Amino acid sequence: MTGAVAETAGRARTPGAAPAGRVRTRLLRWSPLAPATVLLLLFLLGPIGYCVVIAFTDTQLTGQASASFVGLANFRHAFGDPAFRNAVVLTLVFTVVSSLLGQNTLGLVLAGLMRRASRPVRSLTGATVICAWVLPEIVAGFVLYTFFARRGTLNALLDLLHLPAQNWLFTLPILAVSFANVWRGTAFSMLIYSAALAGIPQEVTESAEVDGAGGLRRLWHITLPMIRRSIGTNLMLNTLQTLSVFGLIWAMTRGGPGNRSQTLPVFMYDQAFLKSLIGYGTAVALLLLLVGALFAAVYLRLLREEV
Amino acid sequence: MPLPRRPAARRRTPSRGTRRRLAADAGLLAAAAAFAMPLVWLVLSSLDTEATLRVRLPRSPSPDNFSAVLTDEITFTPMLNSLLICGGATLLTVVCAALAAYPLSRHRSRFARPYLLTILFATCLPVTAVMVPVYALFVRVDLIDTRYGTALFLATAQLPFAIWLMKNFMDGVPKVLEEAAWTDGASWWQTLLRVILPLMGPGVAVVAVYTFLMMWGNFFVPFMLLLSPEQLPASVSIFTFFGNYGAVAFGELAAFSILYSTPVLVLYILVSRRLGGGFALGGAVKG
Repeated sequence: MTGAVAETAGRARTPGAAPAGRVRTRLLRWSPLAPATVLLLLFLLGPIGYCVVIAFTDTQLTGQASASFVGLANFRHAFGDPAFRNAVVLTLVFTVVSSLLGQNTLGLVLAGLMRRASRPVRSLTGATVICAWVLPEIVAGFVLYTFFARRGTLNALLDLLHLPAQNWLFTLPILAVSFANVWRGTAFSMLIYSAALAGIPQEVTESAEVDGAGGLRRLWHITLPMIRRSIGTNLMLNTLQTLSVFGLIWAMTRGGPGNRSQTLPVFMYDQAFLKSLIGYGTAVALLLLLVGALFAAVYLRLLREEV
Repeated sequence: MPLPRRPAARRRTPSRGTRRRLAADAGLLAAAAAFAMPLVWLVLSSLDTEATLRVRLPRSPSPDNFSAVLTDEITFTPMLNSLLICGGATLLTVVCAALAAYPLSRHRSRFARPYLLTILFATCLPVTAVMVPVYALFVRVDLIDTRYGTALFLATAQLPFAIWLMKNFMDGVPKVLEEAAWTDGASWWQTLLRVILPLMGPGVAVVAVYTFLMMWGNFFVPFMLLLSPEQLPASVSIFTFFGNYGAVAFGELAAFSILYSTPVLVLYILVSRRLGGGFALGGAVKG
């Protein structure tokens, strides 16, 4: 209240003040924003802008000076490059399997089960899943490498059950890294959905129960519609997170064998640094950024409806 | 952990409620077992001098792996590098975010909302994609292979989310006390430093810890921007460890992984105890 009064009082006085003074006060007011803005312009917006420029040149790692403008050649090359198309497909598989189907669904299931489970089981599971999430990316990659390796734990378990063992990292590398990402990322969805489910008023569920709605119908007609906003947010953030995964895949397979787990970030790294084609690598990065920006824009729209 | 309470099973025969709970327990235990397997491997192998790739009980558990990796070259230098890079970057992020959040939270302007939306938009961009031009830029301006350059970029990459979180926490501080300070003639930075920040202490702690955790675990940024071995933080040195040594000593690697992960686990537990585990989501979901 007092704030509003002070503000009106201030505004009433301003017409008398000199415009130059007003500008100065306003600048002073907003000056704390400067350090952050400078950093963001220099190290985030700058590189993004630079990204747009290099993507249209044939810059190579050696001999920067010889770079020349090549227009859309990098992009044309990308769309005609089977290795690029392979990376796009693998990125899609990786995102759909690990983020959409894996983290999202498993997170919802775990959050749902937790509402019914007994307290010790709930804490134990929560702690384990969250521990996998908090571990540094590269440690997660390393332990999951040992889990899926030919002589690793998974095959030992399959052996115990008399099931055929596989060299997972060789036969199904993209699935192995997808499961690794599920292992690592499910906690986030679980936490979001736990909060969302806790927000559903008890009466709604109970009255549906009294009306004789079964578990599945309650889930479909009541629970899911009531948490749809959380679902949207979660899917969006999961997808964006998954799009930029590099360390996990690099630690487990380095994109191989061959290029069978080479998602876009790994492909970008491979082209730009191992093959020294900075221009081409940056064009790929730019495409990745565009996809990210598209998702981010959708995410903002979702939030804006809410605000 | 912010896990919701189980709804009281009213209007249910006890046997059915119990059965449901048992089913849920069984499901969760199965999931917990699956999630725990790689972690169990990590712990058991770190104590096993003959560790292999699969989970097994050490024949004679010993801390030998830990004493083997606790040398300057393997553990202390990389950990110190991590601490310098991430600590410095966290400090920079928190200071810049606190400053930036202040006008965004306190003043009204046509320009605040677009700024915030841009910030929120930036939190969503895949930073991985920017690394190639950042590398090129760092080569140009001679920041490549410097710890402070790496810290600068890490700080910037975390900044959007930190500003967003900080602003949300600052919005929760009532304006009344601040106005008292204004009438006493305090300047904006005195108010921020003496009134607002102390009142949102836990919020600042959350931003700092979250920022630190993200940086401590970050692999790609130092992997790209640092070259000389003696500058590498633990997130990258661990990788050279199992990438280049022909025969990998899995036990030692596991021991090192545990040492490297301990700070983040401890910090996470400390903060989540105080503020409820889902703290990291506050800023992301609130909008």
